[in-house]
Amino acid sequence: MNLLTKIGTSLFAMCLSLPTLAQSVESEGRSDLNLRQGVTDISSQVYDLHMLMFMVCIGIAVVVFGVMFVSMYLHRKSRGAKPANFHESVKVEIAWTVIPFIILILMAVPAANTLIAMEDTSDADLTVLVTGSQWKWHYKYMDSDIEYFSNLATQREQISNKFSKGENYLLEVDRPLVIPTGQKVRFLITSDDVIHSWWVPDFAVKKDANPGFINEAWTNVNEPGVYRGQCAELCGKDHGFMPIVVIAKDPADYEAWKNEKIAAIQIAKEEEERLLAMNMSMDELMTTGKKVYLAKCAACHMPNGEGLPGVFPAIKGSSLALNDRSGHIDILLNGRTGTAMQSFAKQLTLSEIAAVITYQRNAWGNNTGDIVQASEVHTYANGK
Amino acid sequence: MSTATDTLHHDEHDDHHHHIPTGIKRWLFTTNHKDIGSLYLWFSFIMFLTGGAMAMVIRAELFQPGLQIVDPNFFNQMTTVHGLIMVFGAVMPAFTGLANWLIPMMIGAPDMALPRMNNWSFWILPFAFLILLSSLFLEGGGPAFGWTFYAPLSTTYSSDSTALFVFSVHIMGISSIMGAINVVVTIWNMRAPGMTWMKMPMFVWTWLITAFLLIAVMPVLAGVVTMVLTDKYFGTSFFNAAGGGDPVMFQHIFWFFGHPEVYIMILPAFGIISHIIPTFARKKLFGYASMVYATASIALLSFIVWAHHMFTTGMPVAAEMFFMFATMLISVPTGVKVFNWVATMWRGSMTFEIPMLFAIAFVVLFTIGGLSGLMLAITPVDFQYHDTYFVVAHFHYVLVTGAVFSIMAAAYYWLPKWTGVMYDNTLAKWHFWASLVSVNVLFFPMHFVGLAGMPRRIPDYALQFADFNKWISIGGFAFGLSQLIFLALLIKACRKQGEPATDQVWDGAEGLEWEIPSPAPYHTFDTPPVIK
Amino acid sequence: MAQQEQYEKYYVPEQSIWPIVGAVALFLIAVGAGNFTIEVSKGKEGFGGWILLAGIVMLIVMVTGWFRNQIHESMSGLYSAQLGRSYRQGMAWFIFSEVMFFAAFFGALFYARMIAIPWLGGSSNNAMTNEVLWPGFEAVWPLLQTPGGTESTQMGWFGLPLINTLLLLTSSITCHYAHVGLEQNKRKQLSWMLGLTIILGCIFLALQVEEYIHAYDIGLTLDSGLYGNTFFMLTGFHGMHVTLGTVILIVLWFRVQKGHFTPDNHFAFQAGSWYWHFVDVVWVMLFFFVYIL
Ligand code: HEA
Ligand code: HEA
Ligand code: HEC
Ligand code: CUA
Ligand SMILES: [Cu+2]
Repeated sequence: MNLLTKIGTSLFAMCLSLPTLAQSVESEGRSDLNLRQGVTDISSQVYDLHMLMFMVCIGIAVVVFGVMFVSMYLHRKSRGAKPANFHESVKVEIAWTVIPFIILILMAVPAANTLIAMEDTSDADLTVLVTGSQWKWHYKYMDSDIEYFSNLATQREQISNKFSKGENYLLEVDRPLVIPTGQKVRFLITSDDVIHSWWVPDFAVKKDANPGFINEAWTNVNEPGVYRGQCAELCGKDHGFMPIVVIAKDPADYEAWKNEKIAAIQIAKEEEERLLAMNMSMDELMTTGKKVYLAKCAACHMPNGEGLPGVFPAIKGSSLALNDRSGHIDILLNGRTGTAMQSFAKQLTLSEIAAVITYQRNAWGNNTGDIVQASEVHTYANGK
Repeated sequence: MSTATDTLHHDEHDDHHHHIPTGIKRWLFTTNHKDIGSLYLWFSFIMFLTGGAMAMVIRAELFQPGLQIVDPNFFNQMTTVHGLIMVFGAVMPAFTGLANWLIPMMIGAPDMALPRMNNWSFWILPFAFLILLSSLFLEGGGPAFGWTFYAPLSTTYSSDSTALFVFSVHIMGISSIMGAINVVVTIWNMRAPGMTWMKMPMFVWTWLITAFLLIAVMPVLAGVVTMVLTDKYFGTSFFNAAGGGDPVMFQHIFWFFGHPEVYIMILPAFGIISHIIPTFARKKLFGYASMVYATASIALLSFIVWAHHMFTTGMPVAAEMFFMFATMLISVPTGVKVFNWVATMWRGSMTFEIPMLFAIAFVVLFTIGGLSGLMLAITPVDFQYHDTYFVVAHFHYVLVTGAVFSIMAAAYYWLPKWTGVMYDNTLAKWHFWASLVSVNVLFFPMHFVGLAGMPRRIPDYALQFADFNKWISIGGFAFGLSQLIFLALLIKACRKQGEPATDQVWDGAEGLEWEIPSPAPYHTFDTPPVIK
Repeated sequence: MAQQEQYEKYYVPEQSIWPIVGAVALFLIAVGAGNFTIEVSKGKEGFGGWILLAGIVMLIVMVTGWFRNQIHESMSGLYSAQLGRSYRQGMAWFIFSEVMFFAAFFGALFYARMIAIPWLGGSSNNAMTNEVLWPGFEAVWPLLQTPGGTESTQMGWFGLPLINTLLLLTSSITCHYAHVGLEQNKRKQLSWMLGLTIILGCIFLALQVEEYIHAYDIGLTLDSGLYGNTFFMLTGFHGMHVTLGTVILIVLWFRVQKGHFTPDNHFAFQAGSWYWHFVDVVWVMLFFFVYIL
């Protein structure tokens, strides 16, 4: 039975050491062991609540296990213990019903207060519409024209262990969300397909993105910085590859970013016009097309164009890709409702769409020789 | 056959009427509660190994960052089927098996009330899981939407095998409902004269209440899978906003089933522990009546807490608050149970045989799981915990070191009664200590990675989680291997290799099942026993 | 069984092949129905339908065989009063499980009407849902135009539904009098009243079919949004239960003709009549919540 007491004491010690462990890393703000304190008032309230709960639980555990291990030590048969024969006591039973109840009430009050504060999305300074889709996020600033998609930026080769992994492996995106510090930012969260969940631990914000409904959440960030999170609701194959990066900037920096972005959108529009008038060569189309394909399509249709049988169709040898030219343009522009095949009209420029279609019609032995130009996509889009 | 003593002591020629059938027919056509109990138990153990093997795939993939062994789609299938198999194939049938073996013996009944239906309930299960498992080999793979099969991932966006998933859940449900009806009726109607309600052993009480839960919620599961089926294949839009439905409605209906379901997996465990602790403390169970009331309260409360799984879905704040408070309340009756067990040990005369060791481990580790459950109940903090490994840690503590440990405790406790021989104590010790250590290496660090922000159901993770995940996987492999010791031990015991057991087996054991010979004769209590 | 003790022995049946036959039947049904669903929705060829059919046939064979055993045992006096109680309680709990099955669909109806659809219309914490995603959608019940734009028509409660309600209520009464007849050993009353119940059940079913045809004519279909979904799922599952109930009653009627059942030993009859009353109560709920409100 020595072993038992040993295990007992070590378990006990483990429980006792936990809070210290947790506390020791608290100063660094971010920890591998504990919840992070985050960078908003709410997130630190949540953190405090978490620590409170944690301590209460440790306390309860220490008392309960303490009594139990003492009893196991003292009241062993091998120590000659004789069984007592009491088997009920109304008094203690009432006590151990009422005391936990009181503890619970003491925990419920601060929890309720924090909760009410978290759910109050009124009087926001800025509103962003966040839309999840398989497997990327789309941000739209409700007070300007700015909107864009945000995709995983980690290279495929890192994931498949061919390249060594970078510092922010799986937690990096091509275009992060940018918000100002010191202002109340409201998020309208929804989805285009399945349920996703938009989670940034440093803000203590996690809200499901439900297709067809809009949930609201808010944050007010205290310090400028880069904050990373992940999609937190199983949303299909690449659920693990759908990170969120938010950059909080000083209001002045934020304004500058915003103006730059608006200007960039303008330039992109003009560029698009220019490209419409131009014809690209097969080679150009194929190289751009391949890039776009690998970035946007390969997650489902696989880099080799063979798809995942039964889940995502193959493009290689697909009769649509071989024969139906307008159908091919159509599925890219409009997606196919009720399937994972989403519309790419907003995600890609017309020339990118043209390129990826050309690529799909000529790669992996789909040797149709078809060349699709941006103008053709444009005509199709407007003819609809 | 006839007088009580006859039945008790001359089991061999107990039967001129009911001979013990032999060969495969014995198992296929049986109406005997002990045979059916054994079938359930073996089936559940095989499912535990199968589901465990899938967990090993999960742990191997998560051993280090990057994708190495399986592709993400298959990973999701592993997670999903692991969850489904462990819940519906391992834990629930194990408890039903124990119910079959023990309830008639504990209440002095000759058999279950509806023996033929009993057989039917069992034999549905292997077929149901055959369907589920074979769907993994279809084009597009098996279910990959989590054991909770949230719509629309399970409807519009799922692979074709969903129809098979739906119908296999349907027949599993039919099996559970029939099993539960049998238990209720047996307990209600078959108790020996003098076995009044408040004399009923705790295991019987907890199963009675579990069976109510089962009959109440399994049909709701059947309803919700039916809606998934029609949404996917027949154009309804229960879970589709465009047609006036709501994907969150799926979650409400699912968790109305799902939360009581988790108590279905723990109440019988409470019953088992309430037998083992008094036996080895050589002292009556403390607070029998309050144990009964606590069990009933847990069951009733379990119907009004379901939305604590859905705090992030965007319910109005009043609803969140209601579900938070209701959930917290469950700790009170559960606490009563824990305190009663401790009080039973207090000033007992304890010995620490294997069943007792498992029972003690249960009390400690289940409480840890319960306390993390309580933390999850706090809505504003659950926003941080939800869908991370913190939740995975919580439910494996209550399920593996809770439900599964209690099942192992029960197996050790009653095995001598079932087989007539003592189990191999050396193997048993190895099994217990190896399991105890490895299970904590496996599940304890999950709390840390969860808090640090690792989401669940992901095949690959950021670098800061790498160290702990390696340990978790090592713990996982060790725990998996430890179960092979258990397998060896069970095979040995079933082949009757070991010292013969006495009728009472444990010197502190009380209850009708200890008054009949070991091994228990094929038919017991053809005439009702006398209850003191 | 050699000697009769002072207490009545609980009958534990010997081995039986029927349960395993039943398990295989359910297996075939599940595999068949699963494949059939996939094949129908994808327009593929396959064996699903045949497997399903084989399963159903097997299930019917199983039920027949099992009940034949059971009836034989019952008629040869093997059953004690205690066993009768087991059967009755078993049946009662089975009906309770059926109630919970319907509760899931009623729950969906209530949730959609009181929560989901109003939210789509912008109430509670979902103002932005309506404004951004479904501008112009108005939450009304019945939902004759879905947020996605599918239209359907309302099914009034007057006319067929009302007649059906009266039919079923009457059938519950006749069923009760059949039972009374049985208990007072008035075999004629039993036979007539039971027959009448069956006829009423059949008329109900026929009218229900009529109503479905009408519904599809006026554009209320299974896939026409949540109103159509709940309408057809609830009435459809109810209809399936009425069908089953009618089949049970028909079997009972034939057994009555053969002289089965005595005033104090008629579990099968009682179970059938309970089932019928249950189906009735569900209809009343349906009539109220699906048609009137
Ligand atoms: C056997 C199964 C089992 C059991 C018994 C429990 C018990 C409890 N569970 Fe758990 N739970 C699961 C299985 C179980 N759970 C599963 C499988 C999931 C995940 C499902 C999924 O998403 O896949 C889950 C998820 C889950 C969540 C959702 C988390 C999330 O997804 O965000 C929550 C939130 O409230 C929760 C809470 C609780 C609570 C409060 C209890 C309570 O019953 C615990 C009560 C016990 C104690 C508190 C300890 C003993 C008490 C004392 C010593 C008394 C003194 C203490 C006080 C009064 C403070 N559980
Ligand atoms: C009672 C239920 C139960 C039990 C016992 C277990 C047991 C285990 N579980 Fe699991 N688990 C769940 C219920 C359970 N689990 C549920 C409900 C989920 C959620 C699913 C979801 O998200 O949808 C889950 C999810 C889950 C995850 C998260 C997956 C994810 O989010 O992606 C992980 C990860 O580590 C995990 C691990 C384990 C491990 C290592 C064990 C170990 O205890 C297993 C022990 C191992 C063995 C018993 C193997 C022994 C066998 C061999 C060594 C080989 C023999 C081989 C053959 C016979 C073929 N489980
Ligand atoms: C999230 C997953 C996903 C992504 C990303 C995706 N697709 Fe698809 N795609 C699908 C699915 C699912 C279908 C099948 C739709 C159906 O069932 O009708 C499909 C169908 C198609 C088809 C028709 C194939 C056929 O034979 O019918 C084409 C062409 C296609 N996608 C092109 C693309 C291109 C080009 C891209 C990238 C710019 C892309 N897809 C990105 C999921 C995806
Ligand atoms: Cu998106 Cu998970
Ligand atoms: Cu729960």
